[in-house]
Amino acid sequence: MSETSGNGSDILCVLSSNEWDRSAEGLVGAGRLLSDKTGGKLIAVTLGEWQDSALKQLGARCHQVRVGQTQVSVSGGIESMLDYLVKLAEEIQPASILFGNGTVEEEISPRLAFRLGGSSIGDAQALTISNNRIQVTRSVYGGKATAVMELQKSPAVVWIRSRAFPPAGPLPQSGSFETTVIQETSPESIELLQHHEDASEGVSLEEATMIVSGGRGLGGPEPFEDLKALAATIGAEMAASRAACDAGWVPHSWQVGQTGKKVTPELYLAVAMSGSSQHMMGITDARNIAAVNTDPDAPIFKHCRFGIVEDYRNVIGPLTEKLKSRKK
Amino acid sequence: MKLLVCIKQILDPEIPVRDFSIDREKLEADSANANQVTNIFCENALETALQLRDSVGESSITVICFGRESAEDSLRKALAMKADEACLVMNDLNHTPDSATTAHVLASAIESLGSFDLIFTGRESGDWGNGQTGAYLAEELKVPYLPFVDDIKQTDKGFEVRRQTESGWERYGIPASSVVTITNSDHNLPRIPKTRDIMMSHRKTITRVSFEDLKIRKDELNPQSDSVRPVKLFVPEKESACEFIEGENLNAKIDQLADKIMEIRSTL
Repeated sequence: MSETSGNGSDILCVLSSNEWDRSAEGLVGAGRLLSDKTGGKLIAVTLGEWQDSALKQLGARCHQVRVGQTQVSVSGGIESMLDYLVKLAEEIQPASILFGNGTVEEEISPRLAFRLGGSSIGDAQALTISNNRIQVTRSVYGGKATAVMELQKSPAVVWIRSRAFPPAGPLPQSGSFETTVIQETSPESIELLQHHEDASEGVSLEEATMIVSGGRGLGGPEPFEDLKALAATIGAEMAASRAACDAGWVPHSWQVGQTGKKVTPELYLAVAMSGSSQHMMGITDARNIAAVNTDPDAPIFKHCRFGIVEDYRNVIGPLTEKLKSRKK
Repeated sequence: MKLLVCIKQILDPEIPVRDFSIDREKLEADSANANQVTNIFCENALETALQLRDSVGESSITVICFGRESAEDSLRKALAMKADEACLVMNDLNHTPDSATTAHVLASAIESLGSFDLIFTGRESGDWGNGQTGAYLAEELKVPYLPFVDDIKQTDKGFEVRRQTESGWERYGIPASSVVTITNSDHNLPRIPKTRDIMMSHRKTITRVSFEDLKIRKDELNPQSDSVRPVKLFVPEKESACEFIEGENLNAKIDQLADKIMEIRSTL
């Protein structure tokens, strides 16, 4: 176990969602941020099926792309993925291994760090290097405080809020490609039986540019139908607070906050929600927050660019009509 | 069937922002102004375990906590919720250890308690929110691991569990002795203990385990030996310049709201 970072200077970015989207761009951007500082190589590691066009984007921005071809879905083959990543890390000896934000990434990071004798932390909003060690800025205490954490053992395995990082431009020279077929090295101890996707018409919440979100104040599942009509009018996606999800009014995949999704829309319209610090942790990177709430002292207004103090029942219907007519 | 639930006591996350302050020396929240409570996801985990125990019969639940003296309250509450046994692993360190160290201590304590058919933790805590202890614990114990679980049934081969994902859910078969982390759902809201059970919980014995009992050298546990340590902790400054939409009447206000929304939409 090495005490400090720096037995290697290369940076690995592990991409398990097989698309060149804003999340992948941010992850590679964060990787470049570190590799520019360490002077090492930036190496993209892909898991799952990737289109050639997406791989090309990685090749333009990384010194090397290690394509890991898999027979099974990433979540159905965690042990094989871990074995593959351990082997790769032992070969490359990176200073840091970065992941994006997702439930699989959150699962893999500490387990990989343990197996490599490294250190691990997640939900990074910023990354720096100080005294040859990776430091991570993240929200703690349910968003009431911000901490800078130092990763004292190498490699530093970190999952990041990838959309919070600026994309990196192409390198002067394209990177090299190496393809490995990921073998089922050890029998999977857990067995994936069924995979279910909640119904969703639009883009993912994380990629959404407009979001309409409902809270506990809605009092039940029915008002969400009115919010959906409003969202459909402006092409927004739907989200909710933890309270609304826990009550069973809407699916958990709608949940935004500390333990839900971290979103980055241009507009986040919060309807009938107080804005607990745990919820705000999911929307710190929203460009504009607006709220409809009866209580002018609700914490949500402290984060808003604009808001209206009114009962949502008097607002949502007329607002939807007005937006419809303005679109014409 | 023997179930084990790991719980954590934390500073009440529901305290208002104005009561929150930071101990600059220790680099953690000032604990003087707030109650200590059981982490909510740990209570979700206990509730899930209680429901599983009651559905299969002939089972027991041991609750374990690595914490300060005050954590006895959390263990008493777990007993009042009808857990069968409780164990406090005494933390008398001068700092708050990281997830890896916590899992290492817990793993040693769990091994000393015997073997379990399923080990539960909460998905993360409401203080540091690292969400790593369960994963490290599974690695320490060398057993299978599955996070973000919200439903568990016993099967012939072990357990069938439901895991929440970003976009829905997945069902898995997992063997006995696995570690699962529990997330919140509409059917694991923690029960409120009955007054009688609260009284009874005070008659039960809480097993106390020290570092010495576990042959862990306390002098080797310090911020420098942790894999992760805080180097800064501060309350972020927030700009609060909300424009409250005013107008002659509601209709005029909603008009302005619509304008502002369309203005943002037009930039996309």
